[in-house]
Amino acid sequence: MDDNTNSLAQLTCPAPHPVKDTILLGHGSGGRLSAELMRSVFLPAFGNPVLDRLDDQAIVKVKDARLAFTTDSFVVKPLFFPGGDIGSLAVHGTVNDLAMGGATPLFLSVAFIIEEGLSIDLLRRVVDSLRAAAKNAGVQIVTGDTKVVEKGCGDQLFINTTGMGLVPDGLELSANRARPGDKVLLSGSIGEHGIAILAQREGLEFECPVQSDSAALHNLVAAMLRANTGNAIRVLRDPTRGGASSTLNEIAEQSRVGIQLQESAIPVREEVRGACEMLGLDPLYVANEGKLIAIVAPQQAEAVLNAMRSDPLGRKAQIIGTVVESPSPIVTIRTELGTSRCVDMLAGDQLPRIC
Amino acid sequence: MCLAIPGKILSQDDLGFARTGRVDFGGIVRQVRLDFVPEAAPGDYVLVHVGFAIGKIDEEEAHRTYEALAELGALQDELPPEEGVN
Amino acid sequence: MKLAAGFPSPAAVGSPKRAPVKFLDEYRNAGIARRLVAGIEREVRGHWVLMEICGGQTHTIMRYGLDELLPPNIELVHGPGCPVCVTPLETIDKALELAARPEVILVSYGDMLRVPGSAADLFTVKARGGDVRIVYSPAEALKIARQNPERKVVFLAVGFETTAPANAMAVWQARQENIGNFSVLASHVLVPPAIRALMTSPDCRVNGFIAPGHVCAVMGYQEYESLVRDFHIPIVVGGFEPVDLLEAVLMLVRQLEKGEARAENQYVRSVNYRGNLPAQRVVQEVFEIADQKWRGIGTIPASGLRIRDEYGDYDASRLFGLASITVEEPAECISAQVLQGLKKPTDCPAFGMRCTPQNPLGAPMVSSEGACAAYYNYRRHGKELGATK
Repeated sequence: MDDNTNSLAQLTCPAPHPVKDTILLGHGSGGRLSAELMRSVFLPAFGNPVLDRLDDQAIVKVKDARLAFTTDSFVVKPLFFPGGDIGSLAVHGTVNDLAMGGATPLFLSVAFIIEEGLSIDLLRRVVDSLRAAAKNAGVQIVTGDTKVVEKGCGDQLFINTTGMGLVPDGLELSANRARPGDKVLLSGSIGEHGIAILAQREGLEFECPVQSDSAALHNLVAAMLRANTGNAIRVLRDPTRGGASSTLNEIAEQSRVGIQLQESAIPVREEVRGACEMLGLDPLYVANEGKLIAIVAPQQAEAVLNAMRSDPLGRKAQIIGTVVESPSPIVTIRTELGTSRCVDMLAGDQLPRIC
Repeated sequence: MCLAIPGKILSQDDLGFARTGRVDFGGIVRQVRLDFVPEAAPGDYVLVHVGFAIGKIDEEEAHRTYEALAELGALQDELPPEEGVN
Repeated sequence: MKLAAGFPSPAAVGSPKRAPVKFLDEYRNAGIARRLVAGIEREVRGHWVLMEICGGQTHTIMRYGLDELLPPNIELVHGPGCPVCVTPLETIDKALELAARPEVILVSYGDMLRVPGSAADLFTVKARGGDVRIVYSPAEALKIARQNPERKVVFLAVGFETTAPANAMAVWQARQENIGNFSVLASHVLVPPAIRALMTSPDCRVNGFIAPGHVCAVMGYQEYESLVRDFHIPIVVGGFEPVDLLEAVLMLVRQLEKGEARAENQYVRSVNYRGNLPAQRVVQEVFEIADQKWRGIGTIPASGLRIRDEYGDYDASRLFGLASITVEEPAECISAQVLQGLKKPTDCPAFGMRCTPQNPLGAPMVSSEGACAAYYNYRRHGKELGATK
């Protein structure tokens, strides 16, 4: 008994030494580690006013035109999954980054890094899918590159796409524009891409398999911009890896505001909910590839919502929350029981190589 | 760590000393070890933890206690407020 | 007897219409939760400190804000309910050493990967080239052993009594199938001895316990009889959904207001008095009770499981000749007091500042189910925006 008492009264506690000298998988997850890498390595090296805004795309002025310019790399595993593949993903991802700047996507470049031994047939399938996705999105692939690495030095296939588009005059969209009172709009149900990938990797059998929501969002954005009186749409972001929570935390951080969400308003498909339940995942942290979050001035919120619902990719759009004043940037959510909790940013990685 | 989910047994197989079954978790079907629930059969609900069923869910008990819970609310709405309750 | 009739649909209480996930959604019903809270408010008189000892239950309380719903004279505190957090430093260091060996495949449950050892964690070892693989089940670990006969597969088997049967089964099956390249680095902790240790501490303020429902699904709740008798304290076995936990609180309050001290069961759909006998039998076959070190607390006698000598061939600690390492753990945080429920995570000056999930100083911040991590992830805004109570 005495030993017990002594051991409990003792303040014993581990003081771990977090090793910060190597890159971890978590650095690629779009959560806190990624943000930290940005802050500690990339921004100090490259920082400039455009990059510092940390938007999905860079908007630069060239003569009288405003160009949106973005790049994205795709390392998804497996290469083919329900609802898409690395090829279509490579197009949609970059088109969406351009669209989030309000740009009409025009041109893409595509660079392939191929592992020696990859079947040419498989490469053709990817290329076909890429071509079809580009055609549907109305973008031209105007330049590219191919590299081959030795077997074992690159996992089958990596793709990088870089995109360019034109931004209409007068349009102002940036993650630092959210203001207290603004409404948070979500274009549809969350977590589908991540679950589709995970199901494929883990051999989860679904009665109705979950499809990735990978899609090009520029038409949806165009519909929304038609309701954009007085630049009422402040921010557009597509929540990809790291899930909706990462995107909302980024916006809160950049705009120095708080965001309050309503749990019951957030659409989640039944199968996604069930998979998340089983795996101990929260849909707010699971990747998407065909959804967007819009921060809209309150007086225009309904109009923008209706514009979203008029597009096939926005039918299930909902107002899911409000921007509020806050001493520090934080995202909270009101549960169905009426209580509140934080929605923190993902620390490391839930699902590596998700896009 | 104590994550255990209820699921419905769809079918079962006996692979020598390992008894497995296909279990439906609200639309997702997975292979689960049924070694610890010899009494469970297809149609029964089990509680699954790290790929093993650790117990059969007692549907009758669940129903009985749930009804009692639902009634708790109804009864409280009918009772007059007690004296001295702040 | 079909259940559909008795359960109010979620739509009835203002949630969007969806098909309920059976045995889960009903127990998240907001209407019933509110009525239970009202019941607690009507019946509670004294000030009661109630402790749960399961990361999963801590998680539910934080996620749904159950402590915010309860009247202020009920204080919910969290015990050492996270087996990941309390895994001894030595065990982690052994796992790290094994994982770094080229002939070893270190297989583990996902939540162990972030636990810091003395100098690194499994994620880092993996980044440096160690073969570390995540599994959801010990059966998968065995599969990896069968598929890689030329490598040595070591399974980091951690958990409470809930996980012990599955881990024991892996060892037992390895013997049946003569799988020679499989071994287990085991760290199991037992709940009743932890309760006993907590209750004998002079600073203990706990008036009642919510016993972990899934541990009890395996063990039953007969073990709690000696505890309620020795310490005159009520213990109620609780489930994991908001309705379960609120009902367990109501049952504890009722006992406390009447001065009773009994072992009761709220989680009747999954727990019975004696528990799951086939599961208990395989645990007894492979493991024996031993003293166990709990990280952040110290050694609690007869509170863990070690692999029996008869199964020594499957004990990684013995197989790989890993010497018993005693690691000095500097006292810098108030982990021990948090684990005993004496302090809240938010009482700690390091909380959220020097000590975060990315840079944990103590055991309860390490795992996502640890009390500090749960508070950090779900409740930081309380500190910044002011308490909502």
